[in-house]
Amino acid sequence: MVAHDARARASVPMSLAVRDVAVSFGGVAALAGVSFEIQPHTVTSLIGPNGAGKTTLFNAITGYLRPGRGHVAYEGRTLTGLRPSDVAQRGVVRTFQKTSVFPALSVIDNVMIGLHLRGSSGWAGILAGRRRVRDEESRLRADAGALIAFVGLTARGRETAGALPYGDQRLVEVAIALGARPSALLLDEPAAGMTGSEKDTVSRLILNIRAQGVTVFLVEHDMRLVMGISDRVLVLNHGRLIADGAPAEIQAHPDVIRAYLGAGSAPA
Amino acid sequence: MTTIVLTAALTAPFWIPNPYHLHILIMAGIFTVLALSLNLLLGYTGQLSLGHAAFFGIGAYTSALLTLKRDWSVWPALLAAAVASGLAGWAIGRLSLKLRGAYFVLVTISFAGVVSLVSQNWMDLTNGPLGLPGVPAPSLGPWSLRTKSAYYYLVLGSAALAYLVCHRLVGSRIGRAFLALRENEPLAASVGVDGTRYLVLATVVSAAMAGVAGSLYAHYTRFISPEVFLFNYTVTMVIMVIAGGKGTLPGPVVGAIVFTALPEALREVLSWQWQMVSYGTLLVLLVYFLPRGIVPALRTRTWWPTMRGHERVSP
Repeated sequence: MVAHDARARASVPMSLAVRDVAVSFGGVAALAGVSFEIQPHTVTSLIGPNGAGKTTLFNAITGYLRPGRGHVAYEGRTLTGLRPSDVAQRGVVRTFQKTSVFPALSVIDNVMIGLHLRGSSGWAGILAGRRRVRDEESRLRADAGALIAFVGLTARGRETAGALPYGDQRLVEVAIALGARPSALLLDEPAAGMTGSEKDTVSRLILNIRAQGVTVFLVEHDMRLVMGISDRVLVLNHGRLIADGAPAEIQAHPDVIRAYLGAGSAPA
Repeated sequence: MTTIVLTAALTAPFWIPNPYHLHILIMAGIFTVLALSLNLLLGYTGQLSLGHAAFFGIGAYTSALLTLKRDWSVWPALLAAAVASGLAGWAIGRLSLKLRGAYFVLVTISFAGVVSLVSQNWMDLTNGPLGLPGVPAPSLGPWSLRTKSAYYYLVLGSAALAYLVCHRLVGSRIGRAFLALRENEPLAASVGVDGTRYLVLATVVSAAMAGVAGSLYAHYTRFISPEVFLFNYTVTMVIMVIAGGKGTLPGPVVGAIVFTALPEALREVLSWQWQMVSYGTLLVLLVYFLPRGIVPALRTRTWWPTMRGHERVSP
């Protein structure tokens, strides 16, 4: 494994490397061997009709699903077979397609949980009430405040996350994910169900996240949003990559047009 | 408010002349430790342990056996009770590795069943259903803590310590990991919270606290039998936590005091036929009108001091 990692690091300067990943559910292939690499500090989007396997791919990368075949590496180190919490420890953090917050807790506490990996206090120090533990607590609280400001929710910090409007909950999710200080952030339809102006906020937010040096991998259905902020777009259909290129190339790609319009499915 | 409660608790043996009432307070203190320990699991990680009497009983037997058969003094035996129950908690946590919800409940019930059977049938060790009489009372240097008022302070101190342990854990990143587990485990995993690890930790701490309560009970009643494993104890703990307010720190304390005193109070005013009926009716009414428990219901009133501002849940 060590030798393998060293070899991978020597040959691949890529951030995220997905090689021949296949997943099938009861004989139906959700992913039929997908390979691609993502360059660091870019926004790469993954599009495709419903059921193309986008979320399955996210699950396979982040350890929520073990691929039947294939290999995922991040910065030259294998992710395949790791548990989600270990994947997060390697700097790869994902959000979820369905709204996913810690509903009964305040926005601040939600983000404080996101900061879990930034804390280091152990149970002994906590039970002894060490000063270092208290200092860390106030530092984390300040970090949480800064993240909440970054996503524009400062006014809502003390409110219960589950009671926030839908759009704000999605922003809380992004703040939670950023709390884990990812170097690669996988966003699963962050703008789904949002109004036009909320989508603009999300666009700006994603560009700001990239500006901070985070690699963004985005699943999104809103073409205007995708084409507006992506450096590169991947198209998935029936579990296979059918196109890969700059936004302008993708919009003109005959296979993509066929996948979206020709197969009978409406543009999503 | 807090000052009044603390003063009352600290001076109780001086203004409560009736030893029977002091006995109720001591039992309430022991149940406070138990309810706090169960609340750590049920209120914070969201996992229901229906085998909590097992950790209580393991603590009681460990402490009693070490003092009776190995001539240990009570204090190291009390520590050993915490360790033995903590180890049992660790085993349960590891056994239920990936199990949550109903499966966790089943594992804890089965565990309690097995431990109870062992206590009844391993005659050489536990003396079976006859129990272990003559468990010694603790002493502090030359002073024996045999009297009720002395023992009251021991139990009060233990309950305060248990509260402090919960308070520190809950307000830390570990407590937040517990809550994350209860609220949304997949999301918690996505930001690096290892759910299984924290569930095991919660179970160990919870079990060790229940073990301490068991030891306190053994050296107070000076006699233990397999009855300490009765499912009734677990049910009482669950009632205390839920009625008091799970997921809050004062909730289990209030629940423990109310539900230790209530059956005794009913016994004084009602004939035995009506005791259980009225107990049940009161419980149903309480859950119906205060579904989140006594403490959360009181807290939504402004005169009640909040312990930590951010743990208030806005309606």
